[in-house]
Amino acid sequence: MIYQIPFIAVIGLIAVGMYAILFKKNLIKIAIGITIVESGVNLFLITLGYREGGVAPIYTHLPPGTNIPEGMVLPVPQALTLTSIVIGVAVLALILSLIIKMYRKYGTLNAYEMRRLRE
Amino acid sequence: MKSEGMSPIVQTIAGILFPMVLIFSFYVIMHGHLTPGGGFQGGAIGASAVAMLIVALGAKKINDMVGEEGISSFESIGGLVFVIIAILGLFMATTFLSNFLVGDTIFGKIPPFGSNSGILNSGGILPLLNIAVGMKVIGGLSAVVLVMALATKEEKK
Amino acid sequence: MRKIAGAIAFVIFFAFLLFSMYELHEFGKPPSDMDDYIIQNAQNETGANNAVTSVVFDYRGYDTLGEATVLFTAIAGVMILFRRGKDEE
Repeated sequence: MIYQIPFIAVIGLIAVGMYAILFKKNLIKIAIGITIVESGVNLFLITLGYREGGVAPIYTHLPPGTNIPEGMVLPVPQALTLTSIVIGVAVLALILSLIIKMYRKYGTLNAYEMRRLRE
Repeated sequence: MKSEGMSPIVQTIAGILFPMVLIFSFYVIMHGHLTPGGGFQGGAIGASAVAMLIVALGAKKINDMVGEEGISSFESIGGLVFVIIAILGLFMATTFLSNFLVGDTIFGKIPPFGSNSGILNSGGILPLLNIAVGMKVIGGLSAVVLVMALATKEEKK
Repeated sequence: MRKIAGAIAFVIFFAFLLFSMYELHEFGKPPSDMDDYIIQNAQNETGANNAVTSVVFDYRGYDTLGEATVLFTAIAGVMILFRRGKDEE
């Protein structure tokens, strides 16, 4: 049980991000919570493919004496994580642009007051 | 963020550092099939170099030199090159996005099995796709930073 | 009222995550048949030394094409939101 610490770290990150999304009123804090959940999911994808005592799966200047299939880390989860990081950046850019336009129209950043000013 | 840029010391240092960071990002993009790196990582380094220039010189001066439409068309050219190379794989070989340059003249040497020092001539269509994705990421992230820096300045005047 | 419902949903979600952690494999020994094939045959079929780049662009090229489309759409959305008229104001 003590050697599964990276999975416990993933659960901690997702819990902190979910608390910020559910219980906060400021719009910028909700956007930061979305980013923290994204970071937790990326960490989970990378730690799924780790082998004990392995090196990176690159053949240029390998350290001598590594077994070819059993001494290397899996390459497929790293490819999925790369795609997920770029999509997270694109979604964060759109969220922040919409927050700027909403602040110009309503004058406040409180998510509870914006529901009642229907103008 | 002031709209006239920062003091002359910061402008001189940013002007000296900008070509070095740009050349480093081109190195990471071009050696994507030999060392860790590739299109997305090198594109992020190049976009951070352009963002340093925007902060140091002011957004209005950069908008007069290169408009936001110039950077946005740079991104569209990268996307077009990616799709054209993928469709060429359909005409010259069997499927969409197939590796039709392995074994041929331009990028087609096959490296020997096991640990070796890298050969730049190898890789098939991988270096061309790396260049296309690098152009797309540099153009896209620089355009977002420039447009946001211009839009948050009109309220203060 | 809203905070009580939120707290109950949060506790249920957190307990579900904790109980499903025991069903995963051990930390250092993943089951891998597809990745052994990719590590052994990436130099012959692709011609590149880097196994991660050959997975991103050759064995899984459709995912990279879809991600380039998502990046293009998000940046087009940002440019539309901040468009200025031709010196009207």
